This record gives sequence, structure tokens and C-alpha cells, in this order.
Amino acid sequence: MTFKQTPSQTVGPYFAYGLTAQQYRYDNTQIADNQLVKGDINGECIRITGTVFDGNGDAVNDALIEIWQANAAGRFNHPLDQRSNRALEPNFSGYGRCGTGTSSDASFSFDTIKPGAAKDGHAPFITVVVFMRGLLSHAYTRLYFSDEASANQTDPVLNTVAEQRRATLIAQRKDTGTGPEYHFDIHMQGAEETVFFEV
Amino acid sequence: MTQLTPRDWSSHAAFISPEYKSSNLRGVSQNLVKIDPELSEMTGPAFGQEVIGPLDHDLTKNGQVNGEPIGERIIVTGTVFDEFGKPVPNTLIEIWQANAAGRYVHKVDQHDAPIDPNFLGAGRCLTDEKGQYKFYTIKPGAYPWGNHPNAWRPNHIHLSLLGPCIASRIVTQMYFPGDPLLQYDPIYIATPEQARERLVSEFSLDVTEDGFALGYIFNIVVRGVNATPMEA
Repeated sequence: MTFKQTPSQTVGPYFAYGLTAQQYRYDNTQIADNQLVKGDINGECIRITGTVFDGNGDAVNDALIEIWQANAAGRFNHPLDQRSNRALEPNFSGYGRCGTGTSSDASFSFDTIKPGAAKDGHAPFITVVVFMRGLLSHAYTRLYFSDEASANQTDPVLNTVAEQRRATLIAQRKDTGTGPEYHFDIHMQGAEETVFFEV
Repeated sequence: MTQLTPRDWSSHAAFISPEYKSSNLRGVSQNLVKIDPELSEMTGPAFGQEVIGPLDHDLTKNGQVNGEPIGERIIVTGTVFDEFGKPVPNTLIEIWQANAAGRYVHKVDQHDAPIDPNFLGAGRCLTDEKGQYKFYTIKPGAYPWGNHPNAWRPNHIHLSLLGPCIASRIVTQMYFPGDPLLQYDPIYIATPEQARERLVSEFSLDVTEDGFALGYIFNIVVRGVNATPMEA
């Protein structure tokens, strides 16, 4: 056989009992959820919330959002990251999943740790992967943090993005009674279309 | 030496494929911004046996309440490779599908076809050291959908793979050989013509278990990553 990529197909409208069963209250289990902080993990506990909007500006209530991130020391929980000067936290996977179909306003949320910069001279960020009915290939974006203004200013990836679109990648921090919350909406189309990356 | 093969857009559908109606408002419309892959892209989630239950790979059994599920038992097996032709061991595959009547367990599915009380339609497994996986399930039925008048989805199984890193993540659908509905399905047809057949499984008498279940082979190729661990 030739080793060409298997084509992507949409996740469709019925992924929930396959990928996020417990969130949607099916009887079977899921491998990852939106609670990344399980036990004692170093770093600042944060909440991320947002909504996915389609080209009409309507909230999408059947999207699946996944996140992948480093820990507070900027270390990824993966064998390729062996940087001993950044402490690994075995109990922090850095991976989360949330469907937008269980909240009344079609939002997603994650409770996690604010990551450290994974590379010196780069701003900290979280990789966000978007799946939904109507999306034939998943889309990659990045969530950067509004309270990292100076790091964001010099971040090489943010600087490859046209200045007028950069704001779509910056989650806005709000300090609430239950802790810091970052708001990150995802616009699939339109004037505020989120920047998606070819990674 | 670090290498991550790029997404091959000659293998994947355009984000906006007008015949598939819901892609028109949900597909990315602006050009993707190219960035050089970093550690953040070449790492990703990994799971082990701790997330796999004894019946998770056997959908003919994992939803049983008071009997056998209805329908044709099948085996779906294959190897996960990366683009360098190297098998991908210990990677997670999650699947979900309609029952034999074309009805999903999902609460949103209101298709007027019976739910099978003994069939859940979801499962998962890890590939073995050779990159191979194997599911037992029931052949899913076709079902109507609202894309256009008299629209029917061909028989298919949804598959979600993690692969070696977050950039190799893929969600796809596996179809069955000779399905007359494929030629009318805008989701299947959105895939570039030269790549479509990679979505169709192959019937195999060798995989077929005598007196029990028909066998289908579905090999999967994900993006390759060739990298040495980063140490400082």
C-alpha cells in the first residue's frame, strides 16, 4: 500500500456518546473531560470559557473542543519532551475535551492550569482543536492570554499573524469570585473569524 | 533532526464544500496561517490500557442488556501507519456508529427507526505493538438526513484517532465496499477523488470468522513525526 494520509471526515452530529459520553450523561465512559486539574498540580488554576459561532453568528451547540497544553513549567507530558529543567507533572495530562451541547448557551469550558511558556522567548498558549458537524477537517487554533501582553508582543507565532486578526487569538482575563476566567470565543467565519493554523 | 509531515490537502476535503450544506457556514473561510511545527505540535495526549475495558472493542457485547444486538456481525480490523510507513503502536482508536436499523443512540437522533436495546454503538481500543487494531461490531444501517431531498448517509463507522502527536489527530469515517449510496453522499464526495477510496474498507475472507462474522480491513495512515526527544 502507499502511505498517504487517510482523509479526514466530519465528526458529525452524534459524536457525544462516542467521545464525551459522561459529559452528555450516557452510561459509557470517556477518556478525557474538561477537568484537567486532578489532584495537586503546580500553577495557577484557571477556567476557560467560550462559544463557537458559525458564519451567521449563531452559537454552535454540537461542536467538540479539545485542548493540549504544557504545564505551568512549560513542559509537555509526552516522551518527546525530556527537558529536565522544566518539571514534569505526571498527574497533569495537558489534554481536555468538551462538547458544546450540554450548557444552555452552547458554551464550552475547561478548568486547567495556566501553562508556562514552552519555549524561551515565546508567549504561553494552549492548542485548541475544533471539530463539528459541517467541518470536514478539524481546525487548529491557539489560545493566548491577555495578561501576557509583553510576551505576546514579541511572540514569533503571533507576529506571523496579520495584526488586525491577532486579537482573535487572545483570551480575555476576568477575575471572578471563583478564580481567573479567560474568555475565548471561536468564530468560524465573518469579520471576526478566528485565525486557524496550518500546523 | 525533526520532521512532521504536513497535512496533505490533496487527501482532505476543502473546508467549504458547497454540496455539503452545513460546511457553508461552519467551514473555515480564510486561509490557514502556516507556522513551523514546534514541540507543542509534535507532542500530544497518550493513553494506555487503563482507559480500555474488557468489552470496549466488542460492540456486539458492550451494550447487551437482555440479549444479542440485532444485525449482521462484522469484524473491523487494520493497521495504523504513519506516512513514513511505520506502524503506530499503542494509539487510541475510538469508534461510534448507528445500529443495524440506521439509528444512533444519541438523543438528538430522531430518525424513525428502532433503537436496539442491546446495542450501544460506541467502543475503543489501542493498537498493539504492530499498530494493529480489531473491533467486533454490527454492520451499521444507512439513514436519511436533511442535507437535500432524499438524502441518505451510506453505511459508515466514525473513527477518532490520536496518533503520535496532536498534529496527527484525525477523525474520519469508514465506509463499506460497493455501497450504492457513496456516489450520492456529499460528505464522502467532498474528499478529493483520488483519495476517496482510502475511506472504503476492504472485505476480507481471511479476516472473516467462519460461522460468526464477516471481516473488513481498514488501514489508516496518519501524519508522521520523526523527532528525537528534546532534552534542554
